[in-house]
Amino acid sequence: MTAPHAAPPGRATTSSRGTRVLGALTLAGLVLLLGYALVWSPADIVQKDSVRLMYVHVPTAILAFTACFITTVASAMWLRRRSEGWWVLGGAAAEVGLVFTGICLVTGSIWGRPTWGTYWDWDPRITSTTLLFILLVGYLALRRIDNETGDAAQRGMRGAIVGLLLFPNVMIVHYSVDWWRSLHQKATITRLDPTIEGTMLFTLMLGIVVFGLLFTWLLVHRFRVGWLEERVGATGLDQALVERRAEAGVGVPAGGSA
Amino acid sequence: MFRDATLIAGKDLRVELRSKVTLQQVAPFAILVLILFGVALDPDRGILTRASAGLFWVAVLLCGLLAIQRAFTIEAADGGRDALRLSGLDPAGIFLGKAAAIFVQLAALEGVLAIGVVVMYGTAVTGVVLLLATCLAATAGLAAAGTLYGVLAAGLRVRETLLPILLLPVLAPVLIGATKAFEAALGGAAADGWPWCGLLVTFALLYTTFGTLAFGPLLEES
Repeated sequence: MTAPHAAPPGRATTSSRGTRVLGALTLAGLVLLLGYALVWSPADIVQKDSVRLMYVHVPTAILAFTACFITTVASAMWLRRRSEGWWVLGGAAAEVGLVFTGICLVTGSIWGRPTWGTYWDWDPRITSTTLLFILLVGYLALRRIDNETGDAAQRGMRGAIVGLLLFPNVMIVHYSVDWWRSLHQKATITRLDPTIEGTMLFTLMLGIVVFGLLFTWLLVHRFRVGWLEERVGATGLDQALVERRAEAGVGVPAGGSA
Repeated sequence: MFRDATLIAGKDLRVELRSKVTLQQVAPFAILVLILFGVALDPDRGILTRASAGLFWVAVLLCGLLAIQRAFTIEAADGGRDALRLSGLDPAGIFLGKAAAIFVQLAALEGVLAIGVVVMYGTAVTGVVLLLATCLAATAGLAAAGTLYGVLAAGLRVRETLLPILLLPVLAPVLIGATKAFEAALGGAAADGWPWCGLLVTFALLYTTFGTLAFGPLLEES
């Protein structure tokens, strides 16, 4: 592919040998996971086939929290170093995290229908995960506005402060909601069988690994896209400056000072 | 720091005393919210009385949003924000001062709402000590977190719509804690409410500390 202008070197792609290998591994892993989750692992005695949702639900939940943690760490690092990479990483992690939180909520809701007889229950997990979803939406909304207005330093500070507070907020909300609901329903139906073993345990572990790979793959690509967006912004400004100077140069009579 | 805080709080409260925006707009809005709850939930007093703790705090949150927006709108006009930056006042002091002014206004609004709830929802007041302690702790948390997120959103064109989505999920623990503590107090089981009051105190301390530290860079760079 040919770039429209010569300034940014490199190809118009976010893949590299590393991510292609990672992507292939993820794809193979997903196929294997499908086999284990749908065919080779047994149905649960109590939850029947709906237990198979767990192999998606649990890994996405874990990764959603991981994403928040990454965003908080990236924000802290940005505050220390002020380097663009950390800023881009914070947003990339939050965006991928939002997708995983969404998948986690939807699978949990579908699982709830046959198990609890309702799509929504005021279970502590659902409530706090929904709040996590909104916290991420808010953080991303703020970043988007920051991207549209203001210079790099300004937008970085607001996003970084909210990003820094993201994981602590998730934790405070998580525990307070837990405490709130636990007073009402002492004996919630346990999500996971306390003694999960054999093929089911293996499938769950496989799910965590495969979704971990998928998460990493998405994160790397989103990071690179974000990085390119920053470059486009910077290049666009430089180019505009060059063009305006050229225009001024044409307009200014020879020998006139610029 | 505390001298600066007193100055800022005094200034914000004087602005409020002269403009009377909280008194003439936010306080009537608070009563309006209580009436709307009454209409929505059927004024069959059973529901309203049982839910009065939660309704009270939802109303406080909604009014709190307005008070926080207002606290930063007054800085937006006439380059007030730049003046604050140039004033040489300690940023931690500015944070504490603005939070204190919001605290005072929220406390006054809570007074109005409390009277409204007692009169309109027929709630019997018991466990006054716990009620007051909860109000103090929850209002401090609201004011601290609100000031921090308020200044974040303050410079932006979309601040009215952005602030609620940033702030309300963060305040969910305050709503939970304050409601549970109120329910315990009103239900005559004050002992159950004190741990929730502890949660509120922790929240307030966390946000006051963080806000004191973060306000300087935020004010400088946003």
